[in-house]
Amino acid sequence: MPRDTSIRSVLIIGSGPIVIGQACEFDYSGTQAARSLREEGIEVTLINSNPATIMTDSITADNVYLKPLEKKYIIEILEKHKIDAVLPTMGGQTALNLAIDCENAGIWKKYGVRIIGVDIKAIETTEDREQFRLKMLELGVNVCKGNTARSFLEGKEIAQNIGFPLVIRPSYTLGGAGGGFVEKPEDFDKALAAGLHASPVHEVLVEQSILGWKEYELELLRDSNQNIIIICSIENFDPMGIHTGDSITVAPAMTLPDTVYQKMRDLAIKMMNGIGQFAGGCNVQFSVNPEDDTIIAIEINPRVSRSSALASKATGYPIAKIAAKLAIGYNLDELKNQITKTTSAFFEPALDYVIVKIPRWNFDKFKGTNKTLGLQMKSVGEVMGIGRTFQEALQKACQSLEIKRNGIGADGKEMTNYEQLIDSMTNASWNRLFSIKDAMKFGIPTNTIRKITKIDPWFLNQIEQLNEMEKEMGKYTLDTLPEGMLRKAKQQGYADRQIAHILRCLESEVFKKRHELGIQRVYKMVDTCAAEFEAKTPYYYSTFEGENESVVSDKKKIIVLGSGPNRIGQGIEFDYSCVHGVLAAKECGYETIMINCNPETVSTDFDIADKLYFEPVFWEHIYDIILHEKPEGVIVQLGGQTALKLAEKLDRYGIKIIGTSFKSLDLAEDRGSFSTLLKNNNIPYPPFASVTSAEEAIELSKQLRFPLLVRPSYVLGGQSMKIVINEQELEAQVVDIIKDNPGNKVLLDHFLDRAIEAEADAICDGEDVHILGIMEHIEPAGIHSGDSYAVLPPFDLSDNVMKQIEDHTKKIALALNTVGVINIQFAIKDEVVYVIEANPRASRTMPFIAKAYREPYINYATKIMLGHAKVKDFTFNPHKEGYAIKVPVFSYSKFPDIEKELGPEMKSTGEAIYFIDDLQDDYFQKIYAERNLYLSR
Amino acid sequence: MNNSNSQEAILMLEDGTVFKGKSLGTIGTTGGELCFNTGMTGYQEIFTDPSYYGQLVLTTTSHIGNYGVIPTEVESDKIQIKGLVCKEFSTHFSRKMADTSLQEYFEKAGVVGICEIDTRELVRHIRNKGAMNAVISSEILDVEELKLHLKEVPSMAGLELSSKVSTEKPYGLEAENSKYKVAVLDLGVKRNSMDELIARGCECRVFPYNTPFEEMEAWGPDGYYISNGPGDPAATTEAVNTVKEVLKIEKPLFGICMGHQVLAQANGIATYKMKNGHRGLNHPVKNLITGKCEVTSQNHGFAVDAEAVKGHPEVEITHINLNDNTVEGIRMKNKPAFSVQYHPESSPGPHDSEYLFDEFISMINNSIKK
Repeated sequence: MPRDTSIRSVLIIGSGPIVIGQACEFDYSGTQAARSLREEGIEVTLINSNPATIMTDSITADNVYLKPLEKKYIIEILEKHKIDAVLPTMGGQTALNLAIDCENAGIWKKYGVRIIGVDIKAIETTEDREQFRLKMLELGVNVCKGNTARSFLEGKEIAQNIGFPLVIRPSYTLGGAGGGFVEKPEDFDKALAAGLHASPVHEVLVEQSILGWKEYELELLRDSNQNIIIICSIENFDPMGIHTGDSITVAPAMTLPDTVYQKMRDLAIKMMNGIGQFAGGCNVQFSVNPEDDTIIAIEINPRVSRSSALASKATGYPIAKIAAKLAIGYNLDELKNQITKTTSAFFEPALDYVIVKIPRWNFDKFKGTNKTLGLQMKSVGEVMGIGRTFQEALQKACQSLEIKRNGIGADGKEMTNYEQLIDSMTNASWNRLFSIKDAMKFGIPTNTIRKITKIDPWFLNQIEQLNEMEKEMGKYTLDTLPEGMLRKAKQQGYADRQIAHILRCLESEVFKKRHELGIQRVYKMVDTCAAEFEAKTPYYYSTFEGENESVVSDKKKIIVLGSGPNRIGQGIEFDYSCVHGVLAAKECGYETIMINCNPETVSTDFDIADKLYFEPVFWEHIYDIILHEKPEGVIVQLGGQTALKLAEKLDRYGIKIIGTSFKSLDLAEDRGSFSTLLKNNNIPYPPFASVTSAEEAIELSKQLRFPLLVRPSYVLGGQSMKIVINEQELEAQVVDIIKDNPGNKVLLDHFLDRAIEAEADAICDGEDVHILGIMEHIEPAGIHSGDSYAVLPPFDLSDNVMKQIEDHTKKIALALNTVGVINIQFAIKDEVVYVIEANPRASRTMPFIAKAYREPYINYATKIMLGHAKVKDFTFNPHKEGYAIKVPVFSYSKFPDIEKELGPEMKSTGEAIYFIDDLQDDYFQKIYAERNLYLSR
Repeated sequence: MNNSNSQEAILMLEDGTVFKGKSLGTIGTTGGELCFNTGMTGYQEIFTDPSYYGQLVLTTTSHIGNYGVIPTEVESDKIQIKGLVCKEFSTHFSRKMADTSLQEYFEKAGVVGICEIDTRELVRHIRNKGAMNAVISSEILDVEELKLHLKEVPSMAGLELSSKVSTEKPYGLEAENSKYKVAVLDLGVKRNSMDELIARGCECRVFPYNTPFEEMEAWGPDGYYISNGPGDPAATTEAVNTVKEVLKIEKPLFGICMGHQVLAQANGIATYKMKNGHRGLNHPVKNLITGKCEVTSQNHGFAVDAEAVKGHPEVEITHINLNDNTVEGIRMKNKPAFSVQYHPESSPGPHDSEYLFDEFISMINNSIKK
């Protein structure tokens, strides 16, 4: 059926603030869907409370509502616009739940809105564990033995019937919250109570445990003519027992024979057809018994999911984009493959490479929490590595993580204690992958590792091969190493730094040698069809082989460095900035090149930049791309600390940094020089010192006076930042920081107790400064700016204070020769404005201000950076109406053993925007009254 | 690949292009037409599929051998390919149900192969230049000497190969309580196509590729199944004649792949050699009768001429390939005969097209009623 022309206006529901289990992958899917519908001439209205999203941009949708995802706002929209249909499948569980709420309240019916892309009954069947189980039995699909309990007694009875080990899964929870495995009867009561409590409907599924079985996912697409295709098969490296979101996953499936795969494919199709009729995407999870290849269905999600984003990036097949077209009536055979542009969209992608996804955790932000992985998702982001082989992809994923590793192992950070290794493999956490390799190297038999981890032996063998390679290489020096072995090591994904470590030489020496030998990266295309057809989409990854497919054009080029994996302190807002930077550079006539490794993002969508290199934001990869593409320069201001910290090396290698120079970037980071700059400009700042030992710190604390804010230099999201009140605490904190960051300086600032905090974002071309917005924090100083409620514009700062902020901002921006963006943080005490820090890069608040004031500030800033415009070329006309409150959102429910307590170290995972007309607003009054509630130190 | 026996190996194409890699399987020299398959699973089924007889198969998926081999997942009683070209060859396998590694399997069968070459570059090369012959060697590394071997490799055009893979004597395969009798003309039949028929209550009798019609008809079949097979369809005169006779008596006939091309030829419709053919598990086919689409398993280098079908009074196109609009299925307007270019029996590949076997059975039912 061709497009349903009765649909002229569609409402897309977003997923709200970023929380664990629902991250920026839904910005990617929502954005794709919106663009896909607009291509068809459909008017798109979007509701999402998350301002740091591309989907809520005027470039994406016709009408944007930055409103809480609640019924009353849906009604508000429906009152104002004639909406023909709502597409609720692009905003995760949040959007679906809201759509169901509205359905139950009869809202859709009242306003004559059709629900497209989903079947409400299908959601109910799949979300309710018992209904799902019964449905599967009806379809003849194997599921785990188990039953639903609605009371404590019922749960006990079921457990008695199926025995142990078993698993508890609460109904209707995000990311599996409240669930868990129970090995022994004595642990059951507590787990059951917790599960019932976590479920909003007080219902849990008590089920046979299939811990250790192999785990798979299939991504499906179906049109209204019942045509179904499987976009991707994904195999979990970590077997059953660890939430998929917390598992290392691989595509295509590595260890599945065709017979088992086709059975799984048949089951998936049967399940999708069985749960209801809708046109769109679907995700099905299976488990396979390694002993006899028996397949069990785990769950089915009738919507675009986290894995759909991964599958889209892994295969090049834009699931959300096509799903949106299917929702408005198209059939798959009426659409074209978006990568080849000539073949049909009805096909199943064939991969001639491997992708590995590794989750990114932030346990360091939640000290004292249980770090063991299980049924409840705990990771805050993810990275994807693409390689021609599993080993190469695995290494690249490890290089993308930004956890100070250069790949998997071979960096002198190996764990070498038997008990520790066994424990780390038994209680899987963020480092299990590394521990497995270390354990093999240490001499723990692979069989033992297999018994503990239940990981498929093929994967373990792959890691074993890496150890063998390292052992072999270790026999040589750089001079004696055979060329073939160096080439092989590069093909296995080893970074020059790892090879340098093995050969006991310098990274630069390895680089030099391999370039002399012609062992250089070539770039291959992600083309959906294993090169069977010619593809036109410039989506590349690197490898070490014969043919290079990334042809360099003679246009002038700009590289934008992405922000890597999402983590606390560096989230979606930086991807927002990167995307706008790319688009602005395009407008200036550059060929834009994006480098990033985060599969959840819009920046890694193949039709954002002119060329996408899906590569680790890791020096070696970036430098090779630069050598290949020879860009005019690199933009580092937009990709957060990830991109910024590469500035030094770029500068050293003579590569032009676009906008503010490295010297200025460095000056702002260097507390000593920066303070001199402040002093020379008569700008007050809290007394500070930088020290390299605890002794020195205690000595200087006498002049600085307690309380003191202690932190390492060059940090992100206030990592390891703490306020101390006496010498004992100071000593402990300094020792801690030096241990974790050897060679790094420790900064001590006198902490301005009970001060008010504010921050300003500005753009500057080196001559003129324009302040975009000033935000005042509601909580007193001491809470990280990312965690505090903040109000735009300030609500109770005096004219005198505002003037000081403006003056200081302008002076600092000019003194730093800023070309581009700058964010400055202030503390205000007794009508004096002190400068805490200045960041000459896109800030977390920049997208917020741009959204609230409805002006494209990153676009302006990028044009200034590129020298294509001056501040005075822009007419600023911010939409100022009432106040916009930045609401921090936390994921504490995932860490039940952690108290909600805020301090200088950032803990929130996302944010929302909330508009109020005046300060009498109830919401504002409430948060203002509670501003001291969660204050720790 | 972790294979300590691995040696240097070389692949040379007809146009002189040379790739250097590592050996896999047996040490030796082999040659044939080089074709690629984009499937990500099912290597054992591919290697034992008689349609690949005489060919060097390039598997585009990154890893081959990961799940070993198992006696039950074969499409014929031996390896049919002449050689394997792949990226990473795994001598280690993890499947508990498997009984040996692919390396051992190849060594036992004397199959020569090459791995650790830029297979993607090679695919792009033959995609642009067309399918061509090639040799693989792990014993002769001298290019000039290899050229002599390459000359000996016969060209696929005009090549009759069914005689090499067909059964020599007729044999029977029976299900319990069989309801129908199906005569199978073996041009290189895959085991799973017979399994599909048997599962639907058919007693199959498999006849050699050159069996005259009378001999098959003497068995009293309710329907005819013309199998897949290797080689140039234009060179299968005997099969074409047999099919012509079947059409005369109007008994149900179902042709697959080569069988499809034979049905076309029996109606005077020409076939031609494609530039690259279709070889993979992901080919999009649209059924023009129902409007439904199916993901199909394909392996063919020749195709039926669409214009010739359109101009034919008695034959019509039922299925097309959504990528290149080539003919994927035909049927006769007034006779119970139909055929498809792809593999509804899959193995390896999706099961979307199994319904065609059901259609064949209902065709037989209708024919019996008459």
